[in-house]
Formats: sequence, C-alpha cells, structure tokens
Amino acid sequence: MAPEQTTAVLEAEGLTKHFPVRGAGRDVLRRGAAVHAVDDVALSLHRGRVTALVGESGSGKSTVARLLAQLQTRTGGAVRLHGKDVTVHGGRRFRAYCRSVQLIFQDPFASLNPVHTVRYHLTRALRVHGHAGRTARELEEALTDLLGRVRLTPAEQYLAKFPHELSGGQRQRVAIARALAARPEVLLADEPVSMLDVSIRLGVLNLLRDLKEQLSLAVLYITHDIASARYFADETLVMYAGRLVEGGESETVTQSPAHPYTRLLIDSAPDPERIGSAQRAELDEDDLGEPPSLVTPPAGCRFHPRCPHAMERCTTELPPRFEVSGKQWAACWLYDNGSPAPAGES
Amino acid sequence: MARLRRPKFLRNGKATAGALILLFFFILAVIGSWIAPYSPDATGPDAVVGPSGAHWFGTDQLGRDIYSQLLVGTRGVIVVGFAAGVIATVLSLVIGIASGYLPGRGGEALSVISNVFLVLPALPLLIIITSATPKDGGWIVILTIGLTSWAWNARLLRAQTLSLRRRDYVEAARATGESTWRIIAFEILPNLTAIIASGFVGTVVFTILSEITLAFVGINVSEWNWGTVLYWAQSQDALAQNAWWWFVPAGMAIALLGTGLALLNFGIDEFVNPRLRSGGRARVRTRAGRRLRMRVGFTPVLATVEEGEAR
Amino acid sequence: MKRLLTRLAFYLFTAWAAITINFFIARTLPGNPVSALLTKFQGQIDSSAIASLTALFGLDKHQSLWDQYVAYWGQLAHGDLGISFSQFPVPVSTLIGSYLPWTLFLVGTATVLSFLIGTALGVLSGWRRGSWTDALLPATAFLSSIPYFWLGLIAISVLAGPASFFPGSFSYDQGLTPVWTPSFVANAVQHAILPAATIVISSMSGWLLGMRNMMVTVSSEDYITVAHAKGLSDRRVMFSYAARNAMLPSVSGFALSLGFIVSGTFLVEIVFSYQGVGTLLLQAIGADDYPLMEGIFLVITLAVLAANFLADLAYLLLDPRTRKEG
Repeated sequence: MAPEQTTAVLEAEGLTKHFPVRGAGRDVLRRGAAVHAVDDVALSLHRGRVTALVGESGSGKSTVARLLAQLQTRTGGAVRLHGKDVTVHGGRRFRAYCRSVQLIFQDPFASLNPVHTVRYHLTRALRVHGHAGRTARELEEALTDLLGRVRLTPAEQYLAKFPHELSGGQRQRVAIARALAARPEVLLADEPVSMLDVSIRLGVLNLLRDLKEQLSLAVLYITHDIASARYFADETLVMYAGRLVEGGESETVTQSPAHPYTRLLIDSAPDPERIGSAQRAELDEDDLGEPPSLVTPPAGCRFHPRCPHAMERCTTELPPRFEVSGKQWAACWLYDNGSPAPAGES
Repeated sequence: MARLRRPKFLRNGKATAGALILLFFFILAVIGSWIAPYSPDATGPDAVVGPSGAHWFGTDQLGRDIYSQLLVGTRGVIVVGFAAGVIATVLSLVIGIASGYLPGRGGEALSVISNVFLVLPALPLLIIITSATPKDGGWIVILTIGLTSWAWNARLLRAQTLSLRRRDYVEAARATGESTWRIIAFEILPNLTAIIASGFVGTVVFTILSEITLAFVGINVSEWNWGTVLYWAQSQDALAQNAWWWFVPAGMAIALLGTGLALLNFGIDEFVNPRLRSGGRARVRTRAGRRLRMRVGFTPVLATVEEGEAR
Repeated sequence: MKRLLTRLAFYLFTAWAAITINFFIARTLPGNPVSALLTKFQGQIDSSAIASLTALFGLDKHQSLWDQYVAYWGQLAHGDLGISFSQFPVPVSTLIGSYLPWTLFLVGTATVLSFLIGTALGVLSGWRRGSWTDALLPATAFLSSIPYFWLGLIAISVLAGPASFFPGSFSYDQGLTPVWTPSFVANAVQHAILPAATIVISSMSGWLLGMRNMMVTVSSEDYITVAHAKGLSDRRVMFSYAARNAMLPSVSGFALSLGFIVSGTFLVEIVFSYQGVGTLLLQAIGADDYPLMEGIFLVITLAVLAANFLADLAYLLLDPRTRKEG
C-alpha cells in the first residue's frame, strides 16, 4: 500500500455483515442461513484522498457504505473514527457520528423527499448539526453558501423548488449539499453518478473532486465503473462477492491489474481504445459466469469457480493479501511467495 | 404545496359535490334542533298519518313528527360518526405506522392485532360490548365504535409505511441524523396524507352506518338519530301499515350523506392516482373520420390526429 | 405448508381472543342481570343449567378469575353455552343450531354472487374507462351507502306482498316442514331471493370499485401493451392478461370481507324476519337474553374464522407463488 503522510480518519477492520435469511418456505430447514454480504473488509480513508470501491452489483459494496455510515449494524469487525472504535445505533451518539461521516445516495430521484423543498432539506440538515446560525440572516447565508459550494446559483432560484422540479444532476447536487451541511470529514458516495445521464456525470465527479480539495474531505467513492475510479480516485479497492480481492494505487490497479477478477472486470468494460484481441484471449466470451450465491459462498477463494487460473488450493484455502508491488496487493494464491504469476499477464 | 392543492382538488366535480353534501348535513347538525317545527318527543293526536302541511314527513305511532325527529337526529349522526371516525383514524395511524415502521416482532404483533380485529365480525362484537355497558351512554357508543373500526385503515397504512420506510429519502433523513419521531412525523406522514384522508372518510362512512345499525337493532334508542327512527318504524310494523313515510326519508338521508362521503373519497383517490380519472375524451377522431377509443395502457398510433390527445 | 401453518396459528389465536373477550364481557355486565333472571326462574331450572350459567357468567364470586376462566373453557369444551331465557328453557346451542344453517345458506349464496357480479362489472368498467360504465361509479357509491336493512325495507314494500311472487318474511312457508324435498327446496329458494338480492346489491360495489382500480392500474403495465402489440384480441387481453392479474387482491380480500357481509346479513334477516341467527340476535337483544347473545357472537366468530381458513386454502391452491402479505 502507498505510504501515508496523514493518519486515517475512518478505518474499518474485519468488517462483516451477514443478513439472516428467513421467510422463504424452502429455507425452513436451513436454520440460521445468512447472506454473507460483506466479509472481513479492511479499508482506511484519509483526508484529501479519494478511495474507490469497485465491484459488480450485489458484491456488497453498498452494504459497506451503510455499515461505515452506521445505518446498519455490523455483524463483526471494527469501525474506527480517529482511531476510536465506534458502534452507534441512533440517538445523540449517532448524531455526533454522522456529523463526521456523511453518506450520499445512489438515486437522487429517491433520496429527496418529494413533499419537501430544497430549503427544507438543507435547513433540516443545518439545524440537526447546529450549523443553522442563530438568526434568519445567518441561516440564509449558510443556505446560500451551501448551494454555492455545489454550484447551484443563484441560490434563491433553487431554494423554493421541490425535488420533482429539478433535473437529476441538480438533485444530486442538492443531496451533496445536504451532506456538506453537517460539515463532515468523510463523504461516503454510494454510486453518486450511476443514475445520472452520462453527459452530466463528469460534472458531478469534478464537483466532488473540487469539494474534496477545498474541504480536505476523505471520500469513499463506490462504483461499478472501474474506468471512473481511475479518473477520480487515488486508491482503488476491488470487491468480489463480499470480499476485497485487490487494492492499491488507482493507476496501478487499473493499468496492470493483478487479481484475475480485476482483469475480468476491466476486460468486460467496453473500451474503444483497446484494439486487438490480445487481452481478450483471457476472457472466454461464453464463460462469463456469474457471482456465486452469498448464502452458501464457495469455500476457499470465492472467485475460483470463475477463475481461469484456479488451482487446487484455491478451492479449499482462503487466500490472504499478497504484496504484488509496493503500490498494490491482491488476495490471490498466484502471488504466493511474492512471485507474480506469469499466466495471462499482459 | 398545500396552498396550491386545494383549488386543484376542488376542481374535481365529484369532490366538490361530496363536499357540498357534507356541508349541508353539517349545517343541519348545528341548526337542526332550532328549525325543527316540533319537539321530536312531543306526542300528538294524529298517529301514523302520511305527509301533510303540518307534518312534512308524517307522524309515528304516538303522533310524533318524523321530520323533526330527523332534523334533531342529524346532530347525533354527525357527532357520533365523526367522533368515532376521529378515534378510529387516530388509532389506525398510531398502530398502522408503528407496525409498519417498527422493525421485527413489535411491528408483527401490532399487525396480528389489526388482523384479529379485521376478522372478527364487527356487528355482533359491537352488540355484545354495548349491551354489556350501562344504557343511554352516547360516549360508550362512540368509544366502542371508534375502538373497533380502525383495523382496515391500519392495514392500509401499514402496507404503505412498509414501502415508504425503504425509500432512500427516509434512509437519507436517518443519515442526516434526524430522530425517529421526526422521520415519522415529517418524512413519512406527509407522504401518507392522501391515504389518511381517504381512510378517514371511509371510516366515517363505516362508523355512521354502525351507529345507525346499533340504533336500528334497539341499542341506545333513547337518543334520537336516524337509526332510532328506523328502529321505531321496524318495531311498530311500519311496513304492514304501509307507512312508507316512516322509513323512506331516514334511509334517503343516510344514503345521501353516505354518497356525499363516497364522492369525496373518489375525488381524493383520483387526485392521488390520476390514472383513475374517468377519461374525459376517450374517443379520438382521425382525420379520415374514423373514431378510435383510447384506452389506458394502449396507445393507438395514429398517422394524423386532428386535435389533442386523450389526457 | 409453512404459510398454511402460520394462518392456522393466526386463526387459533383470533378464536382464543374472541373467546377471551367474551369471557370478560360476560363479567362486566351491569347489575348482574343473569342472576336476576336465575332468581326469576327459580325452581324451573335444573341444577346442571344453573351450574353452566354460573361458569359462563362468573356468578360464583368466591372463585378466582383464573378458576372462572378455566371453568369457562370447560363449559365451552362441552359445547355448553347455557340456556336461553327468551325461549326458556331451550339450550343456547340447540337454538343456534337450528337457526345457523339458514344464515350460512343466505351468506354463502349472497357472498359468492356479489363477488362474481361485482368483479365482472369491475373488469368491464376498468377496461372500458370513459364509456357508459363510468356511470356505475356514482350509482354504486349510492347503493353502498344505503344500509342493508333499509334497502331490504324498500325491497319488501315495493316487491313483496301477499299477492307477490316474493314472500316478505320467513325462510319458508310456515305450513311446511323442513325436509329435503324438491318442493320445500323450491319454497326456501323463493324465500331467499329477495334477501339475497338485497345483500348482493349492497355489497357488490366494494368488489366493483376495487376491481376497477386494479384494472386501470394493471392495464398500463407493459405486458398489456405487449399483449396488444402481439395482436391478441381485445377480449383475450382483457380477461387472460389484465383481469387475471387484477383479480389477485380481490381474491385475497374475499376472506376479510366476510365479517362485514355477515354483519349485513344479520340486518337483512331482521328486516325479512328470516329465520337466521340475525333474527335470533334481535330477539336476544330485545329480551336481554345475555347467554343467547354471547353464544351467537362466539358461534358466528368461529364460523367466520373457519370460512376464512377455507378461503385461504383455496387461494393457496389457486396461486402457488402466494407471497406473504402484510
């Protein structure tokens, strides 16, 4: 991993979440069955840095965000804010926690209450965290300031609007403004642009980047689009079926992926610049497979049923993290003894 | 928003008609006992005579004026119906939203309780409860009806709350740090307004019918309401005496009030769900002069449309 | 299977709740009217009847509430609901037993008919929105706000009478004995037409409205558009695609509406002097016959629960992917 000058604001270690399975008739006999949504995830967020968490849908990346935001209670592991382990369920302590850690939701059409105006949403967020000021003037200034930060100007034009009167990009900006109202240190962005039109995604990402610079925020950027991770994030973590499989500096991870899954992920993304079929050889079109059941995850490496390099031990033993280079690690037996696997390396 | 909605809502013909009918009965409830020509209990010499100038709706077996009985009884109907309706609606709000919002066993238990009340046949339950309480208690009737009529509404509210609490904006409010009661009161409740309104109207229809029914079977007949009039008509064999004036006006009054409330409810339903509006222009004429019927979910593709489309 | 068991557990719980409510109500009667009646009929009542009434109404003040509760269940387990005072000294269970079949007959026919007719009209009016069927809405709103019993009164005064085909009262001609002969059955059916029609007309609008709303909602689904685009006939899309899916909430609501319909039927019976449980209940109220009132409540509740369970069974068979509902 890249050496850090700053200390981590928010850290997770051994983060685990199992959802109990119930209801469905055929599972009656399997008592205590659970969806292993997140298993043993470790990550750390630093001020002024963007960490991307990449994975396909259902890999548990949104659950990680909700666990870090303490909206769901974790099954195991630790979440440390400024080095202190925090578990809050609600009430005053939760309020204090979310003053530092704010979450931005995926769908800006759903995350704003249709019966309330922009003014209401922002005022409440300011009030809850005591940043509304004492007079109406101060409140007005705070609101104008917030909307200015997310570049919705002039503010008066937007304050009285209802969510349905705004475009998707504008709504997401309002949602970001609401998160900023708490003056957080950590911003957890759960696929903040995936529901937006392609043409405005870049604008929102650039806004997040500028905010990160100005306010020196620690950002967790969750996405299924590994290309945007390369563009936006300093560090990239790859998640598969509830586990982290690879991590490191974004440039390295996206340009020379170590884990077979990351390669698959990059190869399956359409890329006009990539001509020729040299890299394609690895990816047999017919053999894309799909993520495993998280109720009964495969033993050993969870990727082994789909992995082109699967070995005997992959099916039984869980691979730990292996250093690939100074800037990159992978949880894959190919890198045991520090020897990068020759197969398929391009 | 609320300021904008009102005129739009009343532009709906059904809702306006319903509101006017309701207003009419409200006024009667207030002034009924003043404008009644006789005391409803004043006996007279003419027993069981048909409508005349002196007795608009005729008289009963003791020569009492039925028109006056109805006018005076309006207050009882409205007061009991609405008071019980308010009790039932508040109960259904509390139980419905709590059972929808509370996780786990608490919510489930509340849901089971409302299902129990749904399945129990209401009338026999009402009868045995009211028969076991001291006679002549108007409040007992209100309470009993209120406490037994909330279940249907609670079920609807629970279902809606269950779907609302998974919405991102509720989650987002939590992530902002809002307290639970504030989320319920300011994030969830405003989105339930329409259901609560139509639930209240529906509950009032139900409580009014329950109240009249109880009077009709002879419970709490010392206070005048429309059911009391019907009780005497039934027990004195008005049918056999061909005394139609004895039961027709009371029934018409009930039906009119009920229709008014039902129309109000249609208005609310259509306001909430625009798809339910009766298609104003369901037929479209093509330039060729052919007529086509537009249907929901089926949009005919026309080469040229003369004017407008169905909506 | 699991769903069936949870439903069964729910009905057992509801039955327990109803019996317990009944137990407590019997103990809060004002002025202890049952012991007053016992005193009035002193000497005419045999000791076993006194014992059963004591257990049912908690007349023995020295017993603890729990002992009373146990004794109460003991009485019910024997099917002993006490004796009626208004028709002294017939046991309550015998009385209800002779009146109940008529109510079941009336409720059963009327419910099924109103469900079928209401649903069919709802399908039509939802599908042909904007045609004459829109006029059904205000009409049914009016019909549904009329109390059942009042519609019955009107039906009698307009249609029934000594010279009319429709008898105005009773469930069969009083000269006949109830036996399974064609002439008796015909007579009973003739007596049931008018009361049943009253219930059908009053209760139909609920089905109609629910079905219309569901049809309107369903018919804007994509699969309906696809069905049209495939070139299927309008009729086929209406019945096999739209109505079939719109039906499901109606079918699952069928069971829940039984309680309402039973209440309505009681009133219709009263108006028509039909020899059902409703008429019996009216007599019981008039005579302050508490054992009979409570017995009727219990029996009717249990009957409704049983019918609900049957409806659940039917729904399970019809829709194997039955989802658990809130």
